[in-house]
Amino acid sequence: MEERALLPRLFRTEYQKIVSVLCSLFGIKHIEIAEDIVSDTFLSAAEHWNTKGVPENPTAWLYTVAKNKTKNYLKHNNIFEQKLMPDLKAGADQSEEIELDLSTKNIADSQLAMIFTICNPVISGDAQIALALNLLCGFGVQEIADAFLTNKDVIYKRINRAKEKLKEANIRIEQPSLSEIDQRLETVLTTLYLLFSEGYYSTSQDTMLRKDLCAEAMRLSYLLVENPATNKPAVNALLALMCFHSSRFDARLNEKGEAILYEDQDESLWDKELIATGEYFLNQAASGNTLTKYHLEAGIAYWHTQKADTPQKWESILDLYNSLLILEYSPIAALNRTYALAKARGKQAAIAEAEKLDLTDNQFYYSLLGTLYTDIDNSIALAHFKKALSLATSPVDKATITANIDRLSNHG
Amino acid sequence: MKEFLLLFRRDFINKEVQPDNKEYVAHLDRWHEWFESLAAQDRLATPPQHWDMKGKVVKANKSVTNGPYVEIKESIGGMIIIKANSYEEAAEIAQGCPILEFGGNVEIRKATPANGE
Repeated sequence: MEERALLPRLFRTEYQKIVSVLCSLFGIKHIEIAEDIVSDTFLSAAEHWNTKGVPENPTAWLYTVAKNKTKNYLKHNNIFEQKLMPDLKAGADQSEEIELDLSTKNIADSQLAMIFTICNPVISGDAQIALALNLLCGFGVQEIADAFLTNKDVIYKRINRAKEKLKEANIRIEQPSLSEIDQRLETVLTTLYLLFSEGYYSTSQDTMLRKDLCAEAMRLSYLLVENPATNKPAVNALLALMCFHSSRFDARLNEKGEAILYEDQDESLWDKELIATGEYFLNQAASGNTLTKYHLEAGIAYWHTQKADTPQKWESILDLYNSLLILEYSPIAALNRTYALAKARGKQAAIAEAEKLDLTDNQFYYSLLGTLYTDIDNSIALAHFKKALSLATSPVDKATITANIDRLSNHG
Repeated sequence: MKEFLLLFRRDFINKEVQPDNKEYVAHLDRWHEWFESLAAQDRLATPPQHWDMKGKVVKANKSVTNGPYVEIKESIGGMIIIKANSYEEAAEIAQGCPILEFGGNVEIRKATPANGE
């Protein structure tokens, strides 16, 4: 049983490492050759380990086989050689034998270079996430399709189109220079943030898969933190944000996969260790002089790890949302700001502000108004919840709104 | 949505119309609340900026004088650029501006493309 689970696990962790190193060596044009060599390596592993047993050090075995397969490919493929040789990185003399460098350092460097290659604005955000999951996280096309709630064909096409675009634009697989890191990093952080959100807010019922997406986004962010060149305040802030959110992963869903509202969550299920890790990265983020949206969102998420409703908590959250909205408006931030306003200054003040938002096509706008009017004017509250229900599409949202309607109807 | 310039002016010199300290602190709070409320309504075209109260004035003879501007009755308190659909909407927003509390006023101008409209 253990042995059967070993190969998929190694595939998840090692596939992307070897692909990254090979891509860095070959260049983006030959990405398929890199993938073929690694797939072939894992195929060999499946055959050999099945008949001859699992080697003592499976990872080292995979690396040795990948190295040999690379050598053979280069030696026995004339057309390949003519095509590839001009693209091989400087220093690799034609007569010299290519040695695949699978040292820990080169793996980390190659992965970092691949992150910057994939998170490139020439491809769309959705395609960046799909490609990142495939090439940086070792996810299969089926898993990615499940995460996006779509079918394999769509993802397959999306990934191939993204690869073609990277090739056409001839994107070099390299870490950006120090002078352009800040600008390039912004795109990378956006992708990692989307990848995390995909896992955290996805309506997919597959909890394991969603946790995996969050864990991968955190792993890639950690890769950036580990490298001095990319260990920037904004990256630490993003990682802190992910830690704080993840700490509530188990507490926010019941056994049936239904959402449990923040206020009703069992605090003892919050992961204290992740909260402490988040606090560490938030402290690391507090340097330099740029305040990013990740800093503000991490600050908001930090206060949500404090369950007690103190005036300081809600005043702080309100301040952070105000700053966030001035930096970058979003309807959900405007709604959350208004909720924080109700907590800090009372429902009457919040109702006046909420009605100015006028987000009349947004179900959460009506849910917020319903919540604010509850106990102030329950018939108006009920009307708002009913409007919210008519706009809601996901079963989870519908169930939450229906519960509010039932509560009000029973009291009415 | 179009962009509108809101320019705030009031008399900052005449002692009789100035707020006392307590009034001034509450007044600043209302400025913050007003900006935050506009941000939540997605009305800010650019982030609001803080302006100092020193200032200089250049006159026709090119002489430069430092503030306070004894000869100018109302001076600029600040400006923002907002998003609104019409002059009417922009004026409605300006009616909530705290500059009005101490006899100030808001001048509104619509941004137009370079080729005119």
